[in-house]
Amino acid sequence: MIKHESIETNAGLLIILTLVAISIGGLVEIVPLFYINDTVEDVRTKEGYEAVRPYTPLESAGRDIYIREGCFLCHSQMIRPFRDEDLRYGHYSLAAESKYDHPFQWGSKRTGPDLARVGGKYSNEWHVQHMIAPRSVVPESIMPNYPWLLENELHYADIKKRLIAQKRVGVPYSLTDEEYEENVKRFGPEVAKWLDINRAEENLLAQAQANNYDGKPEKLTEMDALIAYLQVLGTMVDFKQYDESYFVKFRVSKAGGTDSE
Amino acid sequence: MAQAAAVGTAQQYNYDIVKKFAIMALVWGVLGMSVGTYIASELAFPFLNFDIPYITFGRLRPVHTTLVIFGFGGSALFATSYYVVQRTCQTRLWSDFLANFTFWGWQVGVAAGALSYMLGYSQGREYAEFEWPLDIAIAVVWVAYFVVYVQTLRRRSQPHIYVANWFYLAFILATALLHIFNNLAVPVDLFTLKSYSLFSGAQDAMTQWWYGHNAVGFFLTAAFLGMMYYFVPKQAGRPVYSYRLSIIHFWALIFLYMWVGTHHLHWTAIPDWTSTLAATFSILLLMPSWGGMINGIMTLSGAWDKLRSDPIMLFLITSLSFYGMSTFEGPMMSLKSVNALSHYTDWTVGHVHSGALGWVAMVSFGSMYHLIPRLYDTKIYSTRLIYVHFWLATIGIVLYITSMWVSGIGQGLLLRAFDEYGNLAYTFVESVAFMHIPLVVRALGGGFFVAGILTMAYNVTMTILRAKREQAEIEAKIAAKMAASA
Repeated sequence: MIKHESIETNAGLLIILTLVAISIGGLVEIVPLFYINDTVEDVRTKEGYEAVRPYTPLESAGRDIYIREGCFLCHSQMIRPFRDEDLRYGHYSLAAESKYDHPFQWGSKRTGPDLARVGGKYSNEWHVQHMIAPRSVVPESIMPNYPWLLENELHYADIKKRLIAQKRVGVPYSLTDEEYEENVKRFGPEVAKWLDINRAEENLLAQAQANNYDGKPEKLTEMDALIAYLQVLGTMVDFKQYDESYFVKFRVSKAGGTDSE
Repeated sequence: MAQAAAVGTAQQYNYDIVKKFAIMALVWGVLGMSVGTYIASELAFPFLNFDIPYITFGRLRPVHTTLVIFGFGGSALFATSYYVVQRTCQTRLWSDFLANFTFWGWQVGVAAGALSYMLGYSQGREYAEFEWPLDIAIAVVWVAYFVVYVQTLRRRSQPHIYVANWFYLAFILATALLHIFNNLAVPVDLFTLKSYSLFSGAQDAMTQWWYGHNAVGFFLTAAFLGMMYYFVPKQAGRPVYSYRLSIIHFWALIFLYMWVGTHHLHWTAIPDWTSTLAATFSILLLMPSWGGMINGIMTLSGAWDKLRSDPIMLFLITSLSFYGMSTFEGPMMSLKSVNALSHYTDWTVGHVHSGALGWVAMVSFGSMYHLIPRLYDTKIYSTRLIYVHFWLATIGIVLYITSMWVSGIGQGLLLRAFDEYGNLAYTFVESVAFMHIPLVVRALGGGFFVAGILTMAYNVTMTILRAKREQAEIEAKIAAKMAASA
């Protein structure tokens, strides 16, 4: 048997054995996730298209603002499978729902409520008012005011580059005709056109103009983008189409037991 | 005679680099903890955000964590590791140039990171907010650190590598691994800071919390255990309690930590088995953690009276007690049923701070009170002020963690309460209103802790000034003698 002394007197051996010791656990935890396709649920629309789609250019710009302001430090985007969370926020979050999120924004703290399904819950007008002065709509709120979101014009000159960077890490935005056709098959013709990088600027402006999120039709502000993002959160999957048992199997492997609630 | 010895050690060892890092640890400590207290106050009194983008909670929070973890903690680790490796190997640090490079690289990196968050550049992943150019710079600095450290170890004049160095080495290796893999990202272009992480969703979450937890495990635990293994025996004037225990708990600790990151993701959209595995290993981790604590505290065995007469010992032993407490609380919170309540609440924040303030900061304070007078070859300016610091810090921590228990457990219970008809008993914002008083008390606790480190900064400044004065007097005397003999 090797005496520990031989490790203590040999820096090289100490380094190698330390590396071995610290590598095992990490590999066991992470590596399987990259090979198990079962981790991410397959969810479809009524027409059979993939239900979870990448963000539109405007939503993506809004998401970048969400990250810039550090919203995730007080708001989670991950509903857990508990009765109280179901009543408060809605169906528990699926892995599929954040599969295009680079980085994930699940968060670790709820100083404010979860936002995973905030989309469609409040009107755009409510969001604008709540952003610029949270306590004017929720008196006990401790959220900071974000008045500059309504003042700053949205900077979107580099939106194509931002989508291309996301494409490089695996988000299916399309650049070529073949990629576009592929998106038509996966997401349907309506969605595919929003994912076309060549039309990113035009799409961004069209969405902002059609919805006028910030209530200021003459101006494209950061508020437009952020609210566009918030309004899509948690709205892509139609849960009525699925039986509850369908989702469970993605979390609990057949071999392993479960100690759910 | 004492003077001759001091001149000797100054040539034998590179103390200059240790001094620089030690001073910057205090500077970042004061800044980072003040920012922490400020953002704690923002939560208690939201008008303090003043509608200024740069100082809203969301942007300042990573400034706080970066300054205290990487600025304060990191500089304290550089200082002590460079000191310990030289003393225990009885050799000078390998390259003055490279050591200086790590100093400036690290300081500039921390400062640039903090400024970039205030300007709105963040990767959006906790404790890894640095954008890609800073990540690359940090990786380079870290490689230089590894080279300096290992080259110094290799030219040791002792056959054995002392146990403190194992921990520092594991920390350097693991941090490199974590930092590189967790920060893989594609930038928008070469001239902007913005990037998108390579992984997404569940994979990204797993990678991030593998990083996040081991940042705690290696940066904030293993490395500070290295600190403990040198400074506790030195200050106690006794050898480490058990050599065998140090071997067992070292290997067990570094092996087990890497398995447990997923306990930050209980009940989320990841496979159940990863979560169960992490919880299981979290419980196992209690053993090596307490092994370290026992080894540290029992080193004082037979010299317990020092707790009555030596405030530095008070810092060190109290830090180990908090270490024991938070490494018990951690595994408990990693149980799925407990986590269902504690997750997303202030209980987690309190737990982190019982480790960060109670363990990391207290063991650093104790070690630096031991270290600084030795670096400057003098005595501490005021022992009484060390006591003052100790009590300010301890009261601060107690206020902090108790208020966070109230806030966290309280919010957890309110949110899962149902009325007699099975409806939710409280709205979310009612739980926010409930948290107001605990949040005020927490900010107050932070204030106490800042007052403590300010006391230390004053004490250390006066100590250094006195050392300079003493040095000048001696030089004047020597000059006078030379003049007289000539």
